Amino acid sequence: MNRHRMRGTWLILAVVFTLLVAACGGDDDDATTTTTGEPSGTAGQTTTAASGEAFRIAIVAPSASNDLAFSQSIVDAVNVVSAERANVEVDVTDGTFVVEDAAAAIRDYASQGYDLVIAHGSQYGGSLQEIAPDFPDVSFAWGTAADTFGLDNVFSYEAASDEGGYVMGVMAAALSESGVIGVVGPVEVGDAKLYVDGFKAGAEANDSGVTVNVNYTGSFSDVALASEAAQAQISAGADVLSGTAQMVVGAVSVANDAGVLWFGTQANQSSLGGIVVASQVYKWEVVLRDILDKIEQGTLGGTVYEINLDNGGEVIEYNPAFTLPEDVTQLAEQTIAGIIDGSISTGQ
Amino acid sequence: MSQFFTEAVLIATVASGIRLAVPLLLASLGETYGQRSGVLNLGVDGIMLLGAFGGYYAVLETGNVWLGLLVGIGIGILLGLATALISVTLRAEQGISGIGVYLFGLGMSDLLFQRLVGTPTPISKFPKLDIPGLSDIPWLGEMLFQHSIIVYVAFGLVPFSMFVINRTVFGMKIRSVGENPEAADSLGVSVAKVRYATVTIGGMLAGVAGAALAIDLGIFQQNLTNAQGFIAIALVYFGAWRPLGVMAGALLYGFVNALVLQFKTLGIIPQSWSDIAAMAPAVITILALVVVARRFRQPAALTKPFTRGA
Repeated sequence: MNRHRMRGTWLILAVVFTLLVAACGGDDDDATTTTTGEPSGTAGQTTTAASGEAFRIAIVAPSASNDLAFSQSIVDAVNVVSAERANVEVDVTDGTFVVEDAAAAIRDYASQGYDLVIAHGSQYGGSLQEIAPDFPDVSFAWGTAADTFGLDNVFSYEAASDEGGYVMGVMAAALSESGVIGVVGPVEVGDAKLYVDGFKAGAEANDSGVTVNVNYTGSFSDVALASEAAQAQISAGADVLSGTAQMVVGAVSVANDAGVLWFGTQANQSSLGGIVVASQVYKWEVVLRDILDKIEQGTLGGTVYEINLDNGGEVIEYNPAFTLPEDVTQLAEQTIAGIIDGSISTGQ
Repeated sequence: MSQFFTEAVLIATVASGIRLAVPLLLASLGETYGQRSGVLNLGVDGIMLLGAFGGYYAVLETGNVWLGLLVGIGIGILLGLATALISVTLRAEQGISGIGVYLFGLGMSDLLFQRLVGTPTPISKFPKLDIPGLSDIPWLGEMLFQHSIIVYVAFGLVPFSMFVINRTVFGMKIRSVGENPEAADSLGVSVAKVRYATVTIGGMLAGVAGAALAIDLGIFQQNLTNAQGFIAIALVYFGAWRPLGVMAGALLYGFVNALVLQFKTLGIIPQSWSDIAAMAPAVITILALVVVARRFRQPAALTKPFTRGA
């Protein structure tokens, strides 16, 4: 190797090293730290009181903790309960779209003695069923699911997302001028399917002449495909769109360009643009408060929870940047009241 | 099925197929240069991800999409050089080191996104460039000539790459280094220099592909490419290491995807078949790959590090 090449080699190494240092640096007083891939006992968002042993919560989530969707909903909720209680530590391992990576993180947190390990993804169920019996003193929560596997140290939680979906569908049908509404879904399972089915039922209940085209892309994470699915919906005449899962940011971007209205779910998506009418927001804190109370009383699992409009676990949040006609707001509120008092059925 | 054969739907489907093909085309053209010279870079997806984040962040901060593209190019060149250093100078096992570059790109792009941005925030997109005269042609104009400039650049790179690889001295050196590096070396061709150049070109185009993807979508999210870099590598095999073949593969993948999406939207494919239909683009491309690749031979020195006198 000659001197010129050697100098070039060192230059590249220096650049790569600088990039690494820059990325790993950042503000020391940054309140939120998330770790991706390997779980870490030290990194993470921490809320610690002055004294006593901390209550430690770990979250393992499939996508980014700020995805404006599924993963963000649980991280936001844990942040709420940790702020309400003294001496709570929170660690997040996000981006574990590979189930084996999630399983390694769940086992690692459990072996470190975390008080509550949240496996936030129905796809983690098989792994959790194997791991939880090995750590009888650790409490686990997983969702969305309605199965604790008969284990004393597993809680499960699910969302009646069809309820909020139904309300969104009613509003969408009221706002659509073309009479065609498009839905971009990921895979036809879990709360995504519930939401889409509820949305469709709500739209058709409000206007029997409306056409609701549903398109499951087959992926929770393919943003480009979600974007093209939204384009396909618009070309088929849709002037109102909705969708669920973390890849919908691509669809919202298309809706923004085309001036087509958007209804979000799982987390508040108003920050994505003025075309976002409203979002069904999951408030998992409703469940988490009870889980934490139970753990403190010595019960580590065995309960199946559901969030819905009635218990405040699902909330419809309107985008202040979108001017929603008063009659549509009233229609939405009447629908919410009807679902809560049982006079309206979502058909699920 | 009749609702598919309407002007709006047909135009949208073809335009969608072209858009979906572009990042794959850019990345696989770049990879073609490297593989023709004997270097397999499995880290394409990682370079795309860092190019995507770099481009996205530059646009988010400045609002200038061209600066975003430039940042994508710069990151691609840097990572291409790093890949060349690992594969050519350090003679690392190319399969393993490529996975390392991919994981680096996957983790680093997410880490930088979390630290510097946080929540997905929309950015400006490439402006549409209507080709004067051609964009007004009924149907065809909207399908082919009303895209962003990066689409025309990507397809323009196909004949350019054919010319470079087949008709220039540099192209001859690439081919000779990829087929028989010992002979090329004995004739005074620097195997290392040629491979550094091709892998850097590959890195640059992967960076452009990533930046183009993010800026065209107007958003960034963790793992934005969703393994498109790996599909791009498969398309190089599909295209038998020829730019025209690579383009055919990218278009096939893009069009099948667009067609499936449109069929699902219109209910032509029943909702209950959605998950099976989602696999169609990959299955069709793999089947075509099996048929096509058997008729062509890969560069003889592909994945083999070169050591003078060994």
